Amino acid sequence: MAATPTRLLSSNRAGWAMAAPAVALILLFIIVPFALAFGFSFTNQRLFSPNPTQWVGTANFERLLGVSTLTLEPERDASGAVVLDDDGQPEYPRLRGYTRNNPDYPHLQGKQEWFSFGWGESRVYVLANDVVFMKSLRNTFLFVLVVAPLQGGLALLLAVMINQKLKGINFFRTVYFMPVVVSIVVVSLLWRFIYAGDNGLLNSALSWLTFGAFKPVDWLGNPATALPAIIVMSIWQAVGFHMVIWLAGLQSISPTLYEAANIEGASRWQAFRYVTWPGLRNTAVLVLIVITMQAFALFAQIDVMTKGGPVDSTQTMVFQAVERGYRKQDIAAGSVISVVLFLIVLTISLVQGYLTLEKK
Amino acid sequence: MTTLARISAGLLMTTCLAGAAAAQTELTFWQHGAGNAWEGKIFGQMVEEFNASQSDWKVTFQQFPQAAYNDSVTAAALSGELPDILDVDGPVMPNWAWAGYLAPLEITREELAGFLPGTIGVWKDQVYSVGLWDAAVAMITRKSILDKYGIRVPTLEQPWTGEEFNAALATIKESGDFAYPLDLGMWDKGEWYPYAYSPFLQSFGGDIVDRSTYQTAEGVLNGDAAVEFGEWWQGLFADGLAPGGSQPPADGPEALGFREGKYAITWVGNWNAAAVLKDFGDDALFLPAPDFGNGPKIGAGSWQLAVSAQSDNKEGANAFIRFALQDKYQAMFSDASGLAPATASAAAMTENYKEGAPMAVFYDLSAEQALVRPVTPGYVVEARVFRKALADIADGADVVTALDAAVDEINADIQNNQGYGH
Repeated sequence: MAATPTRLLSSNRAGWAMAAPAVALILLFIIVPFALAFGFSFTNQRLFSPNPTQWVGTANFERLLGVSTLTLEPERDASGAVVLDDDGQPEYPRLRGYTRNNPDYPHLQGKQEWFSFGWGESRVYVLANDVVFMKSLRNTFLFVLVVAPLQGGLALLLAVMINQKLKGINFFRTVYFMPVVVSIVVVSLLWRFIYAGDNGLLNSALSWLTFGAFKPVDWLGNPATALPAIIVMSIWQAVGFHMVIWLAGLQSISPTLYEAANIEGASRWQAFRYVTWPGLRNTAVLVLIVITMQAFALFAQIDVMTKGGPVDSTQTMVFQAVERGYRKQDIAAGSVISVVLFLIVLTISLVQGYLTLEKK
Repeated sequence: MTTLARISAGLLMTTCLAGAAAAQTELTFWQHGAGNAWEGKIFGQMVEEFNASQSDWKVTFQQFPQAAYNDSVTAAALSGELPDILDVDGPVMPNWAWAGYLAPLEITREELAGFLPGTIGVWKDQVYSVGLWDAAVAMITRKSILDKYGIRVPTLEQPWTGEEFNAALATIKESGDFAYPLDLGMWDKGEWYPYAYSPFLQSFGGDIVDRSTYQTAEGVLNGDAAVEFGEWWQGLFADGLAPGGSQPPADGPEALGFREGKYAITWVGNWNAAAVLKDFGDDALFLPAPDFGNGPKIGAGSWQLAVSAQSDNKEGANAFIRFALQDKYQAMFSDASGLAPATASAAAMTENYKEGAPMAVFYDLSAEQALVRPVTPGYVVEARVFRKALADIADGADVVTALDAAVDEINADIQNNQGYGH
């Protein structure tokens, strides 16, 4: 019984009055800033500047997303044989000769190598205008793809485990929920000590467990381990929050269904598969969407723990948006990233919504 | 006297007192050093003495934590709520002056004769800010360490050459007596990077931006000299001569890591040097920067006082800054922190900088080798770009690529700001 638009507006004054504070706040702090960001992304707006703001069209987007390729032949000596470097790999000319002030390649001016791959004897370079942004895009997606299923699954496991009528179960609920209550900034600071490269807690523990065979790893200082380290810490920090949502879903399932399943002789797995899981459907959609959105907004951990380093291995989109928009005073550049991020999250939410639509 | 009379007399008196207080115009003063005991104490005392010294102005003093200070000022400027007097970090001043936050001081350059050059903030030929002290950086080590490994003690006239310095680090590394021979303070991922490390680049012959025009970094930050610097820089970390970006922050304050014996030499600011002197006394050495070919260089320019452009009482604000510049306050700050006072006459009044005192060398370092960071509104961005390039190179990024990327970003920013008004 959906309300018609006229009813929604005319005979629902009390409802609107009650919604007004929330609507006003959402307008003021979410809708209006987003509209501004959308507008700024087509200008060269600065945080503050004596220069007037100018309309630049889509130049900001082109600078952010521009990509081209360049195929290079290996260097050859006088006899035409391929020159090999010390490792026996063919040598290629330096990209710098093509991307800096080379009149024959104006479209490559200022571009940098994002990644490259071998193609027969030659090598194909994928060049981007904004390599840092491309890396932040990749890292953000990697983070979401790992965190969303792992955090959701782990939270469900914990929820099922503590959804039992045992003595002292509240103790475990509290313990699992505790990291959520602590500020993420504090948690990040503490984990910096845990991950410390020389004698951090993690290195000491691993070395003790392996009787000293384990070589200490500089978890946050090594490009290969920095992002995984932040992923693990982020999953641990927020898993309790989603556990509580799952728990609420579990407790809303009627016990009579389990009794019926029991009488029918269902195994524990069958009871989970055919009673619990269908009963959690709406909860699952909620948890998945919330985790995805939170994961895309990854910022505080990066800002406190690595500042995007080492060598861009932990750059993320929101970190770059803040870094450029506020700290480098370039609101337009920050706005462009925000708009791109919005479009990505919107698309994913729509796809998720479509996939989890209840088919009637 | 009846009770009624007493009450009326009392009321009359309070009214008079309130009237006298109201005659002083209120000024506000923001400062960045919250959480730092000595700054709050001395500025507090200075404000009280200023308020008592005259009857026109009454300054109220408010401190912010350093990490949030610049953001607070930016936010206040955007909403038109800047204080009358504020302190500003030397290299940031041109940005704030260009953006219109600051008003030029009414204090003339003649009044500032004898101040260390790094303490006077000039943008477009006008004085916008002035400091009570200058910061300096030195190679701090112990005489006993250098003697043990047969390393020459450098002097201001004859500093270490680049090769000599590298050889010294290699010798100490080989001995295996220290975790690392050199502590650069890589944990401090803020303004320290451009402040402390760009002088190395300048000594190699490069710079952050071309200072003749301030319109490009091409050829300066990615020229041959800069690439040579970058390779040397990367080598420090690749060869295990210095700890990189994951150095524990606990090593830094008061040069703790060095004092504990983890490092043989530390490249550290004079505000952290007092503790070294206390621990090692005569054995402590404050040495000039090595000369990599273009002379030894250190950074200059610390926090300075300025007047906001939004102030209605600029006369009072200038009067307060004049009052603050007195030698006795310079000396108090220096004694409390180890920073170098701005004038020689104030230096003579201090514990550490008077003639023949242990830290007088910092005063000479500031006077002889100091080079201010690029004086341009774009510095705020350039500093961040430079920091990222140095962090990336230290973490193993390709030197030429990292420097080229930094140049592109700096040039795009300058262009985006129509040349920053140079």
